[in-house]
Parts: sequence; C-alpha cells; structure tokens
Amino acid sequence: MSTPTPIALTRQDFLSESDPKWCAGCGCFAILRSLTNMFAKAAIPPHQQVIISGIGCSSRLPYYTRTYGFHTLHGRAPTVAMGAKLANPDLSVWVVAGDGDALAIGGNHTIHLLRRNSDIKMLLLNNQIYGLTKGQASPTSPQGMITKTSPYGAIDKPVRPINLALAAGATFVARVHDKDIKLMESVMFEGQAHRGAVFIEIMMNCVTFNDEAFEPMTNKKTRAETLLTLHHGQPLIFGAESNKGIIQRNGQLESAIIGENGITEEDILVFDANSKNPGLASQLALMDFPDTPFPVGIFRKVNESIYGELE
Amino acid sequence: MDIIEKRVKPTNVELFEELTIKFAGDSGDGIQLVGQKYAELASVAGETVKTMPDFPAEIRAPAGSLGGVSGFQVRSGATGIFTHGDGVDMLLVMNPAALKRNLISLKKQGIIIVNQDTFSQKNLAKAEYQENPLNDGSLADFRVFPVSMTKLTMEALKDTGLSRKEKDRSKNLFALGLTCWLFSRPMAQVEDWIKRKFTKQPELATANCTVLNAGWNYAETETRFTTNFTIKKSISAPASDSTRFVTGNQAIALGLVKAARTAGIKLFLGGYPITPASEVMQELKLYRDDKVIVFQAEDEIAAVGAALGGSFAGALGATSTSGPGLALMSEFIDLAVMAELPLVIVDVQRAGPSTGIPTKTEQADLLQALWGRHGESPIPVLAATSPRDCFDMTIEAARIAIKYMTPVILMSDLYLSSSAEAWVEPDDSNIPQITPRFVSEHEPFAPYRRDPETLARAWAIPGSPTGMHIAGGLEKNGEGGAVSYDPADHEKMVNLRARKIAGIATDIDLPEVFGDKKADLLLIGWGSTYAAIMETTQKLNSCGMKVACIQIRHINPFPQGLGEVLNQFDKVLVVENNMGQLWTKLRAEYLLDLKKLSKVQGLPFSVHELTQHVENELIDSDPATQNSAGVKQ
Repeated sequence: MSTPTPIALTRQDFLSESDPKWCAGCGCFAILRSLTNMFAKAAIPPHQQVIISGIGCSSRLPYYTRTYGFHTLHGRAPTVAMGAKLANPDLSVWVVAGDGDALAIGGNHTIHLLRRNSDIKMLLLNNQIYGLTKGQASPTSPQGMITKTSPYGAIDKPVRPINLALAAGATFVARVHDKDIKLMESVMFEGQAHRGAVFIEIMMNCVTFNDEAFEPMTNKKTRAETLLTLHHGQPLIFGAESNKGIIQRNGQLESAIIGENGITEEDILVFDANSKNPGLASQLALMDFPDTPFPVGIFRKVNESIYGELE
Repeated sequence: MDIIEKRVKPTNVELFEELTIKFAGDSGDGIQLVGQKYAELASVAGETVKTMPDFPAEIRAPAGSLGGVSGFQVRSGATGIFTHGDGVDMLLVMNPAALKRNLISLKKQGIIIVNQDTFSQKNLAKAEYQENPLNDGSLADFRVFPVSMTKLTMEALKDTGLSRKEKDRSKNLFALGLTCWLFSRPMAQVEDWIKRKFTKQPELATANCTVLNAGWNYAETETRFTTNFTIKKSISAPASDSTRFVTGNQAIALGLVKAARTAGIKLFLGGYPITPASEVMQELKLYRDDKVIVFQAEDEIAAVGAALGGSFAGALGATSTSGPGLALMSEFIDLAVMAELPLVIVDVQRAGPSTGIPTKTEQADLLQALWGRHGESPIPVLAATSPRDCFDMTIEAARIAIKYMTPVILMSDLYLSSSAEAWVEPDDSNIPQITPRFVSEHEPFAPYRRDPETLARAWAIPGSPTGMHIAGGLEKNGEGGAVSYDPADHEKMVNLRARKIAGIATDIDLPEVFGDKKADLLLIGWGSTYAAIMETTQKLNSCGMKVACIQIRHINPFPQGLGEVLNQFDKVLVVENNMGQLWTKLRAEYLLDLKKLSKVQGLPFSVHELTQHVENELIDSDPATQNSAGVKQ
C-alpha cells in the first residue's frame, strides 16, 4: 500500500450523504461510526479505501460511506475483494459480511480468503440471525434458539468464527462487540495497519430479531466479570477487582481466583498473540460464557508473507 | 539433409492432394510428440495442417490396455484443409491396443506401420484380440508393414550408456524417422529441435538423433518400402520462423494477453480447473507478470467473482470455464450486467448435461449463455470458429466488453480447445483498437452517465479521486446510480441495458457467405462446425452442387442485416452439435422456416456425413426427384 498521505481527515470525510436505513438501535450504527473514525485516524484518503460487502443488513454499509465500494452477492464479497486487491495492490480493501453471508453461503470463500493471507481486512458482523430475510436461524445461532426456521429451537451446532479463522490460517484474528467502541476502534486500527488477512468478529446486536442476545456478556455494569480482554504479553486476568485469571490444568483452560486454592499470579497464563502456533488462541476461542469469561481482543497477530508476493 | 541426395534405392513417388496420418500408442509411448513434430514439418513444407490429439479418458490406464491408448491425428494438404480428416491414410501404431482402437478410421488400402515387437500374447489379450491380427488375415484390406521398432531402437543405441528404459523410451523417434522417409520430410528441423531440447545433456541429444536416423535408414534400406508419398506443392507460403501451432485454448490465452495490452490495462484471469478449459489458465500462468495476473480460485463462483473484482479495480477481468462452471457463474454475470463492468467469460463447451461426457465435444451451452440467468440480463455472446479464430474472437470479446462496459461470453468447445493449426501472431497494426473510456477529471462525476452513442458508462477506477461510487446489484435511479425501487426507474434501466446490448448489432461485421451465392441451400453454423461446413460446401461446389455456407460469430446480438441474408436462400439448414439451439434463436428473431441438423454424439460432424445430409436435402427439394427420393431424412 502506498504511504498514507499526511492530511487531517475526519469521520465526516468518510460518510456519504445517504442516511443509513438500519433499524433504530441496530449495532451497525456503532460499527459504521467506529470504521469511519478509524479511517480518519489511519489517514488513508477515501478514494484509496474500498469496502466490499455481500448481501444482508450489514452489507448495506458501503452505501453509507464515502469511499469506493461494491455491494456484491450473498456470500461472495471475499472473491471480489481478492480480485480487486490483486489487480490493484495499492488499495486498502475491507470486506463487510454478516454471519449468514460469511459463514453459510460464503463459508468456502471466507476460509480461502484467510488461508491465502491476502492483504484484505474482513469484518464479520455477527448477530446470530438472518435479519434482512426477517429472522431465520443462522450458522452462529446457539442450539435451542427460537427463530422462524427453528420454532422448537435450533438444532445445528453453531460455527465458532474465531476457531474457523485460526484454523484457516488468518494472521490477524480478533473479536470485539458493539458496546465497546474504544476496543472496536483500536482493534480495527491495528487491523488496518496489519499486512495480511485480517478477521475481526464483531458481536452485534439485532434489535429486531435477536435483541440483547449478547447483553449477559457485554452489559457495561457486569462485563468486567463476563469478558476477558486479551492483551499481548499480559497475564490473562479479568474481574472488577482484577483478581481472576486463566490457568491451564491438564491441558485445559480454567478460570481461577487469585489467592484461592493456592493460585498465585504466577499461575496465570501470559498471553502471546504473536505466537506462530495458534494452539492457545484456539483454546481461548473455545471458552464460552457462562462457564468461563468470553474472550475479546486480538487472538492472533503474526507476520507471514502475503498472497501475491510468493510468485 | 536433402532427401533426394540421401536416397540410394530406386523409389516410386505417389502424389497426394492431402494426407491424414494417425499416430497411436500407449500413453507412455511419446505419441503426442511424434505427431506434433510431424505436423510442424508439414507446416514448414507449406502445407495447411490441422491436428487433433486423442487422449485416454483415464489418467493412468494400465499399460497396453484399450483405455490407455493415446493418439494424434495430422491432416495436411495443399488447400481446402479445415477438419482433421474423416478417414486416415496411414496408421502408425505402437501396440495392439492402438491398432484395435484406430483401425476403424483407416481407409481401404491404407497403410499400417506397426511395432511388431509389442504383439505378445499378453499385449494381444489386453487389447482383447483372440488371434494376432498380423497373422490371421484380418488386415487383408490394408497395406501392413510390421517393423521391429523396439529391437531396432535397442540395436541403434547399443553402444550408448543409456538404460534399457531410456532406450525403449526413444522408439517414438524411430517411428518419426521412418515416417519422415515415407512422406519425404527432411528431418534437419527435428534434429535441431532435439539438440536444443537436450543442450545440457549432449549424450541424450546424440542418442535421440541416432534413433531418428536409424528409423529413416531402416526405411531407406528395407526392400519392403518402395514408395515415397508426397503431397502436391502447396500454393500457400511455407511456415516462417514466427509460425507456431496453437490450440484453441492457447489462442484464447494469447488473445487475452494481447487484448489487455492493446487496451493499456492489466489482465486479471480468475479460473478453476475444469476439462476442457484448464489449459487457458495454465497457459496464462506462463505469461504471469505484473500486468498478467492469474488467480486459481476455490471454485468457479470465486473465479468469476475475482475477475469481476479485477474489472472493478481497472483490469480486464476474465475467466475460462466449461458448462458446469458457467452455471455456477451465472449470478455473478448478472451482477456484472447490473454494475456495468467489463468481463470476458470463456465457455469451452463439453458434452453435458451435468458431468455428461466431459472429454467429448458439444455445443449445447448456447441457450445457457444467452438466457441462463435471472432477470432481464442481456449480454453479448460470441463464438470462435477455429483454433486461430479463438485469438481473434477473444480480442473481439474484450473489445465489446470494454467499449460497452458489459460481460461478454465467448463460446469455444472441446474440439477447438485441443485441435491445432499453424498461426502467426498478427502485427499490432492488425489488432482492433481497444480504448477504455475512463472517468474524466474535467466534468462532474456521475457513475452511470452514458456515452450517447454506445450507452456505456465510463469506467471509474478505485484509487482515483474522481469517481468515488458504490457499485452494486441493486436497481438504480439513473445516471447518479442511487438505489431506487421505483417501478418507472426499474423499467427505464431494464430498457437502457437492453438497448445498449442491442446497439452492438451495428458495430460488428456481417459474416461472409461462402460458396455459391445463388445456392439452393444455405448451411448455417457457429463455432467449431465451421471446419466441416466449409469443407462440405467446397466439396459440393466442386461437384457442381449449389450450396453456400455462413458461420455466425456474433450470436447476441446478431449482426444487423443477417435476416436479409438468410432470406435470400430458399432453404436454410442450421448445423449444430446440439438439439437446435441457434436454430431456436434464429427462428425467434427472424420468423423464418429454417431446418436443423443435429448431432449429439460427443463428436464433431464429419465431412462425409454432412455431405450426405446436404445431398439428401437437395434431392428432397428437387421436384423431379420428389417422388422417387423416398422419405425425408
């Protein structure tokens, strides 16, 4: 990518004249805000940013930005992004996709986009439901969830997007949620600067068909206890009083209270996001609320040669 | 080496207008190479040459089995060579299975050169022969020359340090040397090629030249070989240094590179392996540089999606596939129609539906290419007529795609993809101009503002400060490109996109009518039927029959004036390797009572069968013979 032009840009420079047509209270608003804020901070001119989306509520996002954009086909945004990036490597290319888009119809393309380590950034806007088609079960709907296509409870096991991205070999893998703008922006900013395939899962509220699905985890008042924020090089500590942490026992991750049962700070795992081996990241991604806190932040960030540099 | 000087024994010379030779053997016998080298020699001699390989369906069928036979047919002659030949004048076979598989195509009194060393009980059984055909009199209708090729090759190489396996592997060159003697072909060019190929292994170069000459010398000294077969002097110019043989697939790859270069933009090909289109992607990989980007995708949807992404970013996006792949691509082709971006989709057809006979030819994807999409989605559909024409039509497809900002489907087929003919890359001055119209910095930007003549929008490339827009599949309100669900907007846009494509009819050439301009019967075809149709027309004209032919290269839209041309003929026969697909479109557009001739055997038409059909048609329509001609065919 060409060197960012040192010009002062604001969020407004990246917003189109169209008013977003999302439901009031939709998580997409926060994501649009964070993305455009980050664009301004990254200081890449709007005409060098390209946002490519699939089909779904979240895939309308390019219409509300002032950049180049392509609203493509359901599930296929990664393919168009591959072509655009290879044809013009100077562009900064972002893919915006929903959970049905990226994990059901486009699951194949998501895997291949990530395993190639192409220098493309992908946002997975995960609300665990099909919104634009009005409320069917999605690949991330938890088992038992009542939707229009699962009136007696969803029977499919949900996809774990972070584990999928790690298995595919993505070199930047992160998870954030729409209630923490600061974390979302900082992770997006790091993603923008990363050279290689970026996969950021955003737990996003669907106010109409799956409202408050993430509330137990992301509620501002309780999330110090329910979320585990990953910091590279730091011990895996959480809790309002920072007195809890993640330990490894018999190869499994467990949460423990420091000072109880002989656990000391020394026993708490120190997180290395830059490890080539995605083993610990994968184990962390398997941790689920309410058995353990739910990890957010950057799971993996490693440098590898990017697609197109190999030939 | 001069043939006449080298010749020591008295030899008859038989002159031919044309000759068709088929080389056949086991997959490991190096048959393709012998055939290709022989074809090059014929081309250098100034003959028109057409070649057709014939590969086993299995990748590694058991050695010596019928399934493992590989063949290569070469037809060459002075003029009028279009097909690779209905029948074969000489069959050179390296084992019993090759003889069994190919004998059916040999003409009566045709020559069989056979490596008799392979006719063991074991190999005969593998070829399902009860008796040795060399001894049981079953080949009495042919001139058979058994030769101990394996032993003679071993003998020629006995003083080299090569292993038995290496020696055995060079017997194909013995066969080539022998063939060169029989057909009066100087071998210097082959020797040069061997020396170039083995520059780093001079001992192999020497050994291979030794075997080649051993084949020649054997024929020269062996008393059974008394006749040289020679083709009458050609009127066309001998092949030059820049002549090369191209298959349809190679010509498409070269055409894509040339088109993008002419337009001054990058080429982006997204592909996914599929028979018989894979060679287009493979060939392009050889030209890969910063202007030629080749992307092997995870499936055909991704292949065309990436190609469209490439076009969006300012490259010539292209993809090559076959029928099943085209089916997967249809949704993206619709998006390209909506977004109005250039895209070249090459369909190298094979016999379907579904997996069908994937190694056999057919032309049954035409209706899919024309109409196999959702919504009102008109796009240009073109068809190449010969391996050489694949180059020209690829450039034409790119020209239309870029000028009119539209996806274009170029139809080829398995027959074109693998048959080859001599070709010289045209000078740049003979390549049509392709000038992309990019967004101008001097006027206010509107993404769907149209050129009043072509109705095409300008190309707005990401990275340029002028031209920021969101492309997409949602309906638009007009030149501003804002999303609109207004009924009137939708109808307006559907009509605009249709008019844009229909308007191309005046920007393309009307195909030439060959043959008798006042003919009783016009043959119409598209694509690879060109070869058989042209040859049949010439043959019938030379017998005084009033037949003409026309090959349609622009199938959507038809060139302006095509209906008037068809109207000039009382009887029109549409010849297709399908159930009548072009026939359907011609009748729908022109309301003409056209006849059709279909063949769906996975094989191209032979000149023989087409001639018979035409003769029957003409007898049928002749009032004098109406009663006696019997039932219509």
